[in-house]
Amino acid sequence: MDAVLDILLSASFWAAAVRIATPLMFGVLGALICERAGVLNLGIEGIFTAGAMAGWLAVYLGLDLWSGVLVAAAVGASLGLVLALLTVPLGLSQHVTGIGVTLLATSLSYFVYRVALPNVSSPPRIQPFAPVAVPGLSDLPFIGPALFGQTPLTFLALALFAVAAFVLHRTPLGLGLRAVGENPAAVESAGLDVHGLRIGAVVVGSAVMALGGAFLTMAAFNAFFFEMTGGRGWICIALTVFASWRPGKALLGALLFGAFDAFQLRLQHAVGGAVPSQVFLMLPYLLSIAALCTVARRADYPKALMVPYLKGQR
Amino acid sequence: MIRFEPRARASLALIVGARLAALATAFALAAIPLAAAGAPVGRSFWLMLQGAGGTLFALTETLTRATPLILTGLAAAVAFRARLFNIGAEGQLYAGAMAAVAVGSGAVSGGPLLLVPLVLLAAALAGAALMLVPTVLKVRLGVDEVVTTLLLNFVVLLVAQMMLEGPLKDPMGGGWPQSEPILDQAMLPPIVERMRLHGGFLLGLLACVVAHVLMTRSVLGLRIRAVGENATAAAYAGIPILPTMLAVGALSGGLAGLAGASEVAGLKGYLTADLSRGFGYAGIVVAMVAGLQPLAVVPAAILVAGVFVGADTMSRTVGVSNYIADLIVALALVCVLVSGLFVRFRVRIA
Repeated sequence: MDAVLDILLSASFWAAAVRIATPLMFGVLGALICERAGVLNLGIEGIFTAGAMAGWLAVYLGLDLWSGVLVAAAVGASLGLVLALLTVPLGLSQHVTGIGVTLLATSLSYFVYRVALPNVSSPPRIQPFAPVAVPGLSDLPFIGPALFGQTPLTFLALALFAVAAFVLHRTPLGLGLRAVGENPAAVESAGLDVHGLRIGAVVVGSAVMALGGAFLTMAAFNAFFFEMTGGRGWICIALTVFASWRPGKALLGALLFGAFDAFQLRLQHAVGGAVPSQVFLMLPYLLSIAALCTVARRADYPKALMVPYLKGQR
Repeated sequence: MIRFEPRARASLALIVGARLAALATAFALAAIPLAAAGAPVGRSFWLMLQGAGGTLFALTETLTRATPLILTGLAAAVAFRARLFNIGAEGQLYAGAMAAVAVGSGAVSGGPLLLVPLVLLAAALAGAALMLVPTVLKVRLGVDEVVTTLLLNFVVLLVAQMMLEGPLKDPMGGGWPQSEPILDQAMLPPIVERMRLHGGFLLGLLACVVAHVLMTRSVLGLRIRAVGENATAAAYAGIPILPTMLAVGALSGGLAGLAGASEVAGLKGYLTADLSRGFGYAGIVVAMVAGLQPLAVVPAAILVAGVFVGADTMSRTVGVSNYIADLIVALALVCVLVSGLFVRFRVRIA
């Protein structure tokens, strides 16, 4: 019990929780934007991988970090466009297309990595984003390092949440986006472009997802590894359901998840070899499934989620 | 503006033609990254073809690689027919492999007539049991099975790693995380002399024929197809949804479990945590290329396996990463999906 308290009372734990939550924040926000418009984006795991690889490679080849972030977002947006064109105007199965985009993005990332660096045994590192010190605030005891000792990408994620929440709930564009995920026929009769809105949402959402991948290589691990995303994308899809498609809850969900993951990592250390490490490693996945089950019965799905809208067909 | 006019009926020639055109498109698209990587495109594809089927050895290697893909492809094909999107064949394969090793490496003694069926049965049951969890969650709670099966893949792989460092670890393995070997009497026999091709391939062929008969000639098959076409209408017609879904989930998981048994008891002889090279995910592509038709799963699996085996050979000669195989396979999935539109609809650009 003391060990648990020690963990919870250490500032480094909370700093780690926010750090671990950051890629999930991007992922869950991206998934939320797509799903609010009625498109389930199962390309997320591949888009994470592609964002991680593209951002890292751009910096490795000499671009500065922020340009690398832009490259990652552009790659994510392009993959989102592929998924959107297949699922929105063509109305193909969002489940199978999403898996297809994930396989495509992952294999393309691995192929490009291997072609760009044919002869490396250990993954080359880049100079990553450094934590920013916010004058005054970073020196606060306890809260300082946890909340303000983060890299700029964490602040970008928080800013994107604010922008997304505002746009979704306070602007005509957001109303249109939400309506297109609930009742596309009504949106059509209001004179708005259903396909345009959905494609736009998927492209933007995918760009945001890719930033989550970019965080992994440009702030967390400083290098690109195969299979480094480790199912984070799928966890984000589960978190989106858990958050009832609301930005505020999604942010909270990502932070809770980050805290849980940081906790199990430390507990694993405290317990030592008494419990196999794999037991701890599988907890995030089991927790995601449990989260899905707890909200399943009362989940308030966007009514038109996964329902393609084809003109003249009802 | 694109308009889709539903076709009343698609001819077999159109279905096959569209599928082949899709595959040709996938290869054509894969030529772009190949050329960008500086590889001679024509020669690379020729070397892939040679590597996949140019010699008896190459051909048996392709069929060996196709064996797990037939079973995982079939697992996806039967489940997708009922709109149960089982993306968990990877995990179910490992569950099956663990069960096969648990019963086949000395826990039970006996002759091949007892042990081989026992190993296969254990693996199928393990895979089926694993798939029942997401199936029940989907039908009872409406939890998306794609997400749960994907997440379970990670869990099962971790369980396998844990078992290989614990109860299933071979004490004679020199510290490597690998299981005790499967007894000789429990191994699926080789079917071509001095080659690695084994009885698992025949098992896969048999499974496809049985699944074909089941889907087209049985009450369960009719129910599976009805639930997949329109679950509401099927329920209205008195088809019991939960039992049908449980049956198709168990069938699908069981087939993927058999893939695991076939790999450990047919090819490797023991279990390691890198048993599957993405066979579960490649099975989804196989199922889609086969149009979810059990009999078409065999050529589709051989094609996908040929791409992987051929790319290995090509990569050694040309020096281009063999991830080109994964890329071709992913492109094939997307192209086949799009080609399905041309089969179901007359596409008019007005």
